[in-house]
Amino acid sequence: MDTKSIVYIALFAALTAALALFPPIQLPGGVPITAQSLGVMLAGSLAGAKRGGLAMVLFLALVAAGLPLLAGGRGGIGVLFGPSGGFLFAWPISAFVIGYCVSKFAGDNLVKLIGWIIFGGIVVMYAIGIPWLAVAAEMPMTKALTVMLAYIPGDVIKAVLAALITRGVRRALPGF
Amino acid sequence: MLDLYSPGTSRLHRARAGWKLLALMAFGTAIFLTDTLWHVLAAGGVVVALFLLSGLTLRQAWAQVRPAIWILAILFVVQGIINSWALGAFVVARFAVLLTAAGLLTLTTRASDMIDAITFGLGFLRPVGVNPAKVGLTFSLALRFIPVLGQITQEVREAQKARGLERSLIAVALPVAIRTIKMADDVADAIDARGYRP
Repeated sequence: MDTKSIVYIALFAALTAALALFPPIQLPGGVPITAQSLGVMLAGSLAGAKRGGLAMVLFLALVAAGLPLLAGGRGGIGVLFGPSGGFLFAWPISAFVIGYCVSKFAGDNLVKLIGWIIFGGIVVMYAIGIPWLAVAAEMPMTKALTVMLAYIPGDVIKAVLAALITRGVRRALPGF
Repeated sequence: MLDLYSPGTSRLHRARAGWKLLALMAFGTAIFLTDTLWHVLAAGGVVVALFLLSGLTLRQAWAQVRPAIWILAILFVVQGIINSWALGAFVVARFAVLLTAAGLLTLTTRASDMIDAITFGLGFLRPVGVNPAKVGLTFSLALRFIPVLGQITQEVREAQKARGLERSLIAVALPVAIRTIKMADDVADAIDARGYRP
């Protein structure tokens, strides 16, 4: 692992933590809408699959270590076990998938960029988080699925924002 | 660095972070293996007793559950309607006990000790190419970057305010992203220039 990768992993973990400063919107069902999933998307699309995924592993380790880095000042190992724990464990996988798909298939096309960020940041994330919610809360899958519908508009906006930032950074820093 | 740690000198405060982490993992696994409410309540009693023995208050124990209280309430009602009220009580009690136990670890362990324990634990992954010293550096860098990011965001926001653009999300987010990536490149160069070879 070269120095640049180490610094990038730390940077995107810190970015995700800093995004917690935007106040979360609490919805019934126990999973808050936060700006932090933007950090997951950017880690994948900007830092790449491996660095982005490891940045999210580092972030979760910091949360587990007891730092209040989740939106609303939550932290500690308890949140990882809670009903929304599946979404947190999905972050590294989500960032990895976004990084992989964006570098392989998206190119410079904004629509494709948005599409792949939505795939990794919403489809993959929900595919892990919803079954966890259903099992942990002993709730039927269809019920867990309907609870999560309220989050889709916010997540789509974040995916568009992440794609615009990614394209902007690539234009400003050639060779990035 | 802000921390959820609650200072104290009890046995639990002094115990090694790694052991506490392992104990919590064992506790969490055990509590998901039982399906008797009585076992869960007994485990909860033990956790609350440990709170008091560690010089923590019942108020602090309650504070671990309180943020999740209405999620638990919804769970209870949903379970009660779909399955049975007994199962609802069981699921809710299990979550509450787990949250309290995890809170006990968080309150009695400094984040820095926990990070050291995690770094040490990763030493076993050395054969597959994980270098604990590099992991430690990554942790420290991340903690240092959090306030730096806040500062950069503040500067960009003020600069865009002067242009009347502080309401545009992209006008703030994009310069922040570009500046932080440039900063990261500089930090990486500075580390390399000093011949860092862990």
